[in-house]
Amino acid sequence: MENLLNSYTGKIREVTIGGDGLIVGGQNTLPFYLFEGEMPHKPLVAMEVLDIEPTDWPPALTEPLSGVLNDPLKWAKKCEDLGADLICLYLLGTSPDGANKSPEEAGELTKKMLENIKVPLVIYGSGDKEKDPKVFTKVTEAALGKNILFGPAQEENYKLVAGAALATQQNVIAFSPLDINLAKQQNILITQMGVKPENIVMDPTTGALGYGLEYCFSILERLKLAALQQNDTMTQMPIICTVGKEVWKVKEAKVSEAEEPSWGNAEKRGINWEVVTAFTLLLAGADIVVVRHPKSLEVLHALIKELLS
Amino acid sequence: MALTGLDIFKKLPKTNCGECGVPTCLAFAMKLASKQAELDACPYVSDEVKEELSEAAAPPIRTVEVGFGENAFKVGGEVVMYRHEKTFFNPCGFALLIEDSASGEEIEKKLSQVKSSQFERIGQILKADLIAVKYSSGDENRYLSLVNKAKDLNFPLILICSDEGVLKKSLEATKGTRPLIYAAQERNVDSMASLALEYQVPLAVKADSLDNLSSLTEALKSKGVKDIVLDPGSRSLKKTFENLIFIRRAAIEKKVRSLGFPAITFPNEEVSDDYFEVAYAAGYVVKYGGIVVLNDLSPEKVLPLFVLRQNIYTDPQRPMQVEEKIYEFASPDENSPFLVTTNFSLTYFIVSGEIESSKIPTWLGVVNTEGLSVLTAWSAGKFTSEKIASFVKGKSIAERINHKKIVIPGYVAILKGELEDELPGFEIIVGPREAGDIPAFLREWKT
Ligand code: SF4
Repeated sequence: MENLLNSYTGKIREVTIGGDGLIVGGQNTLPFYLFEGEMPHKPLVAMEVLDIEPTDWPPALTEPLSGVLNDPLKWAKKCEDLGADLICLYLLGTSPDGANKSPEEAGELTKKMLENIKVPLVIYGSGDKEKDPKVFTKVTEAALGKNILFGPAQEENYKLVAGAALATQQNVIAFSPLDINLAKQQNILITQMGVKPENIVMDPTTGALGYGLEYCFSILERLKLAALQQNDTMTQMPIICTVGKEVWKVKEAKVSEAEEPSWGNAEKRGINWEVVTAFTLLLAGADIVVVRHPKSLEVLHALIKELLS
Repeated sequence: MALTGLDIFKKLPKTNCGECGVPTCLAFAMKLASKQAELDACPYVSDEVKEELSEAAAPPIRTVEVGFGENAFKVGGEVVMYRHEKTFFNPCGFALLIEDSASGEEIEKKLSQVKSSQFERIGQILKADLIAVKYSSGDENRYLSLVNKAKDLNFPLILICSDEGVLKKSLEATKGTRPLIYAAQERNVDSMASLALEYQVPLAVKADSLDNLSSLTEALKSKGVKDIVLDPGSRSLKKTFENLIFIRRAAIEKKVRSLGFPAITFPNEEVSDDYFEVAYAAGYVVKYGGIVVLNDLSPEKVLPLFVLRQNIYTDPQRPMQVEEKIYEFASPDENSPFLVTTNFSLTYFIVSGEIESSKIPTWLGVVNTEGLSVLTAWSAGKFTSEKIASFVKGKSIAERINHKKIVIPGYVAILKGELEDELPGFEIIVGPREAGDIPAFLREWKT
């Protein structure tokens, strides 16, 4: 079977996140193809934490996380105790259309959270193109020396977002809307700002199972093939997929059994939806997946361990 | 591997007699290479050459058919490693495993799942494809009675039976229904081959390594067995994942004919926990499984798997579309809001999901934009005021609603003026940009 092995010319970049230097990336082979290459660092599973209490989460999520959902610090601590590799804090409360929390509040929360947990921190803004850069300025100052990963840097605001990363020497998430060329373009633009390629993680937009997963899947496969086979340096950044946030808004993951008896047990269905989406994307090339349910974390960790054994 | 016209020409009689309908052998060869002609049109090619050419022209992975009639299940026929290169062709199959040693109650429950675990999604019926009936009781009457029950459901069968006497009786009982028999191994390859040939059924073959698997299929082929399904024998996620990749690679990239068959996987034997069974199965849907055998078909387990298969096996070039029509939510009446959007399936799913979750009676007009989303369709000139107006007129929308108000997506607010010109008497309302804001919008709705 030796003549069935392929070799690759390229390699995924190593990005270091957190004060203690957790490394993501570094593989010189397709996901889990250990028979012909190495994955020196395992793909990571992050858990999602919000800065405001979620109001539209189904019981499948609120029950296992009850008692912490109104306190991001406790929530993050709980996720750390559950074994999350990273905490992914979403600053949804900073959205001008929502609670409109100030950048200062976001900075304060970041500081406290970094004091409270040991695992590295990923921070997503609300996605508001004007507000996010202001929030990131405060967040990155609060996280000085902690080497967080934050974003999204979007087409309209990447200069300001990348600026915050540069000023504080931290890692930035380059966002692109489900398009391989735009994903690459965004990396080029951000590196042209002076950010080092090894400080960039790509978010090429996540589609949930049944809601665009296949588009995301093929973009990930193509990015990884370009990075490994063609040694295209602008596709060699590790990839983050925000699975939980996409999965738990679709009705198949959310609707109760009473409403849809033919779909079976709601909690198990939701977890399966999240695990199947995340695992599919890991097989396509995701380096970090962000999930919501503790059980998903457990199952994904076991799957990764088995494939890397 | 595809042959060139010249490769084919070398094997033709070169007499240019013209009986094939084209004047020269070379011209005929060219037509063959581009699949515009059938080899049979030339009466002078020898059987030997025929065999050689059809072998060379066959797809790298054989398409195997299990079952018969309209429920027949086809697997294999794949030609690429990655779905962005070309559509994955024949969707992998899910098989429900039923053992004859299970209690009568459990057997009934599983048999009923075959029908109850069916779902409709984007105009497709999602369901299991096969029933795998396993002989483990040691009581042949028990097995045969289960085989008969399963047969009555009209699903293609997999007969998993290590006793050839019992297997032969099951083949008698299922004559004409073309079950897949499982499995030929080194010790019984001759007798299993004879059964497969005698009853004209596809045959699964199992070995403990790919090399051994490949020699077994060679042996089967030399006996005349053509429809083969591979079981590489591994029973762990890591090893099966590896084997499936190697089999696909061998067939497609290295043209190894002896591994050019679809593969069967058994996540049900690899792990017992439901969450893991689903995850392993998902892995094999994504990475080259042909048939995936499951322990049960509880809806919370199989719905995600069926949807995953639908996702992975769609044409990567063509956007998925839903039918152009008026969709109704929560029994709308003449006072309910009327929204329009495009027929890109993702747009439709997200919009309809939000409307549904609001539980407010609503009409949703889906305009055919050739599967493009709102903004893309608008910029491509496929979601224009003319198009929306002709949809509104064509579907006699004025008769359904009293209020004469049409809600358009916020992203195409620019169309409001033009649309009001096109549709005298209607008021055009600009709705939210993001689907997530639809429920709030609907709650505020007043006629
Ligand atoms: S019928 Fe056969 S021999 Fe005659 S021209 Fe056609 S290919 Fe040549």
